[in-house]
Amino acid sequence: MVLQTPGSTPLPHFGRRTMLRVMLAGAGVAATSGLLSACGGGSGSGGDSKVVTFGNNLSDQVPKDAITAALKGFEGQSGGLSVTINTKQHEQYQEQINNYLQGKPDDVLAWFAGYRMRFFADQGLTGDVSDLWGKIGGNYSDALKQASTATDGKQYFVPFTQYPWGMFYRKSVWQERGYAVPKTLDELVALATKMKADGLIPIAFAQKQGWPGMGTFDQLNFRTNGYQFHVDLLAGKEDWQDKRVKDVFDTWKRLLPFHQENALGREWQEAAQSLQQKKSGMYLLGSFLGQQFPDAEKEDLDFFPFPEINPEHGTDTVEAPIDGYMMAKKPGNPEGALKLLEYLSTAEPQLTYLKSDSSVVATNQKADTSSYNSLQKKAAEVIKGAKHITQFLDRDTDPGFASEAATNGLIEFIKDPNSVDSVLKGMADQAKNIFK
Amino acid sequence: MTATLERPSVAVRKKRSVTPARVALHVFLVLTCLMTLTPLLWAVYASLRTYEDTSVNGYFSIAKSLTFENFAKAWEIGDLPHFYWNTFLITVPALILTLVLSSMVAFGVSRFSFKFNIALLMLFTAGNLLPQQVIVTPLWRLYRLIELPAWMSESESLIDSPLGVILIHIAFQMGFCTFVLSNYMKTIPYELTEAARVDGASVFRQYWQLTLPLCRPVLAALATLEFTWIYNDFLWALVLIQDGDKMPVTSALQNLKGTFFTDNNLIAAGSLLVALPTLVVFFVLQRQFVGGLTLGSTKG
Amino acid sequence: MTAVQEKPKAVAPSGPPPRRRGKRATALAGTDKLVLALMLGIPAVVHLLFVWVPTLGSIALSFSRWNGIGGLEDIEWIGVANYVEIFSEYPRFWPAVQHNLIWLLFLLVVPTTAGLLLAVLLDRELRFSRIYQSALYMPMVLSLALVGFIWQLIYTPDGGLLNSLLGLSADPVDWIGDSDINLYAVLVAAAWRHTGYIMLLYLAGLKSVDPALKEAAALDGASSAQTFFRVTFPVMKPVNIVVAVVTVIEALRAFDIVYVINKGRNGLELLSVLVTDNIIGEASRIGRGSAVAVILLTISLGVIIPYLYQVFSKENRT
Repeated sequence: MVLQTPGSTPLPHFGRRTMLRVMLAGAGVAATSGLLSACGGGSGSGGDSKVVTFGNNLSDQVPKDAITAALKGFEGQSGGLSVTINTKQHEQYQEQINNYLQGKPDDVLAWFAGYRMRFFADQGLTGDVSDLWGKIGGNYSDALKQASTATDGKQYFVPFTQYPWGMFYRKSVWQERGYAVPKTLDELVALATKMKADGLIPIAFAQKQGWPGMGTFDQLNFRTNGYQFHVDLLAGKEDWQDKRVKDVFDTWKRLLPFHQENALGREWQEAAQSLQQKKSGMYLLGSFLGQQFPDAEKEDLDFFPFPEINPEHGTDTVEAPIDGYMMAKKPGNPEGALKLLEYLSTAEPQLTYLKSDSSVVATNQKADTSSYNSLQKKAAEVIKGAKHITQFLDRDTDPGFASEAATNGLIEFIKDPNSVDSVLKGMADQAKNIFK
Repeated sequence: MTATLERPSVAVRKKRSVTPARVALHVFLVLTCLMTLTPLLWAVYASLRTYEDTSVNGYFSIAKSLTFENFAKAWEIGDLPHFYWNTFLITVPALILTLVLSSMVAFGVSRFSFKFNIALLMLFTAGNLLPQQVIVTPLWRLYRLIELPAWMSESESLIDSPLGVILIHIAFQMGFCTFVLSNYMKTIPYELTEAARVDGASVFRQYWQLTLPLCRPVLAALATLEFTWIYNDFLWALVLIQDGDKMPVTSALQNLKGTFFTDNNLIAAGSLLVALPTLVVFFVLQRQFVGGLTLGSTKG
Repeated sequence: MTAVQEKPKAVAPSGPPPRRRGKRATALAGTDKLVLALMLGIPAVVHLLFVWVPTLGSIALSFSRWNGIGGLEDIEWIGVANYVEIFSEYPRFWPAVQHNLIWLLFLLVVPTTAGLLLAVLLDRELRFSRIYQSALYMPMVLSLALVGFIWQLIYTPDGGLLNSLLGLSADPVDWIGDSDINLYAVLVAAAWRHTGYIMLLYLAGLKSVDPALKEAAALDGASSAQTFFRVTFPVMKPVNIVVAVVTVIEALRAFDIVYVINKGRNGLELLSVLVTDNIIGEASRIGRGSAVAVILLTISLGVIIPYLYQVFSKENRT
């Protein structure tokens, strides 16, 4: 058959079948290069037994330098092993974690303790390190071991550093104005009222990134309803439409007028600056907030645990997220990976790390705390005195629930505090969908 | 604009006589341009100030001092040379291959006739218009299945390899380029290739030595556009690259934006440095730009 | 881009050849056939394999419940349940659709009008024309991520440029955080970048309008506005189509800028963001994400197909 475009110009032509055949031939050539190469490779990632690869999520300059220094120490004493560091931007690392663990993960990789670690361990995406725990178990308190244990009772995580959440303030401002640390919710409200009268923003607040407000919810929830309820709620075992959850949001509603306005358009760094610039009186955040302070002013920073709401629970729970390391399911260098994890559990690298990043504390209980600054000493003390330790909302629950339902629910609430009922209904519906 | 600047040439004076309408037009255009440039200049201003200055005085203030320190710092902290190189390794091959492959398709569909050349063209064009997110998950799986020898990709698969990013850019961008090029080629008189064919020139020669040189302006315009698009991509690298060291410079910018410490002045400086290559390419090729896009015009 | 236009018959070189000259078509030699097949085949395979095969994959996955972990055997097939959930329960879906539509309308009206106006103003003998063009086009080459960052410096409630200029420092407007206005604030930023692009397309279109046409109209005593609307604008129909399609696709694809600003939350939800949130991240819901992607795809195809029909049916008539 003679084919021709409807166009008027003469063109060379050939039959459809010929064309198809030739095109397929062409396709074949193109595909072959892929297939041929598919035969090669397949040796798995890095068979080099002298190198341990290390997935690092500490992308900010200060912590990045700190972890690099800590790993240098390992190279010095490991008998010829060297560490290749793969640094990814902190948030990007989290976004990619799913594909990363299923792709070619590094031998040892950074992650968070608790539910968030369990999520991947339960699906068999990370390596079991319980044997190693037999050796290093003495380095850690029971709470830390608990946070490193997955549903199957085995350990999949090695803690490295930890930091507390609390109400941060500038000592100089408080001294000057004669403020005292509030012990109860009523005292907090009284203090905030006073600050407002003094022309200060009582509580700095930022929620643009979606997660800082979770910290406020956590504090209010475990102070009001206790540790067990908090953990169960986040694990999908309690109902978000429960009266007790509603109470939490009612308390929050009472406190909201004392919070910095326009929180949804502000990043926490900007809120921290308002504290640093003495425009705000206090700020509920993790101690990493200190990094936003100039060195000269770091000593002026202090914090107190969120005050008591329900006498039954007092201030027995502290939110102190643990950062640490997991092992890939099939590390390229299994021995090296275990060696590196063992090293990371000791006091030396943790203290080396703290030298550059003074906003966190060591998790190794034998670590010498004499070099701590006053903030670190207080942090260690608060963590030690806690009866219960929580990680953080997005580390204590299903990641899908945290990033969708919880984040957007809290934003809705902050936008319109009177919408509590519909917000909680939405969260409850999604929780039912996720925790089936 | 003043009369004194005018050249004495009669022709010029006639053309550029200062009428109130002209003045108004220039005033309007200058204002519009200034408004357009303000956000950019604001970022430049921020990038020249120190953190100490702006954290105390805010951004809306007269700078205490202006310094290029942030640029030097961003260059060093962001390890920009390294990431520029990564981007270069992705952008340049992707750009060249996209143009070569799509010009071949365009040549085929516009110079030869077979049953499904329009279908082929439609397929390419439609593919380019798809939202990228649609294909992310299956593409990642597909990439993981394709194993490569170590000399082609360090990771031995298309995941975590510049090659994978290059391929998806090519696959995606070919649609747009094929569409533009085929339309341009249709404006080249058929007699040209017809004559060559009669003289016994092979298909490849007709393409390489006859058609391509005539497409120079449109290729330049496309090169500018595609360079901008591929260079600025943010999604593919995020999805396909796992090794922080292999990230392109646009993603590396994220490293400057600290999780626990943010210095907007530093980010401003880094962002501007990252945007620099696209600005340079744009200014160098600008002349080709409008000309290259003026295709298949009514002027014939 | 403007090449959509067909050549007017009058200027086509050597006049339109008579229709039935097919017999002159020369057969190709064997090697030539192979070369041609390779030239078409390799790009076609790359394109099909990496764009269309995954697209089909996404359509299939939209009928599944899967967290993205494990192989095919871990995928649970659940029919249209994802679609039902999206349409009835997913709280962010309808706002996202609404925002995409607003985005589309805004882009179709504001940057298009502004771009056309600027193109008309610049399409004449004018001093500094090139400088003006460069300045207006500059935002276009910046990445949307950078655009997002720049506008944050302008919009932030704490010492941002806009609030300071408006004298609102004491009681600032939260341009990004207030979900009633943040979409429009972001749209201004998007339009800032889009206008230059549209201007460029129109400029290319205007340059290609035969000056003789305009002169003829002017001789007939038409004012410049009349010339524009009666002569120039109709001739530019193909450019208008291109602009419309580019704008629709930009509006449907919009992603980077809101993602950089606040990850597309709190009033900045867009369909592309929902897809990303569901399929990238720690706990992926691939099925739901793919279903949103398919919905987005359907809308896109609704635009793409009529466009291609318009372009190619004309070609068939030539």
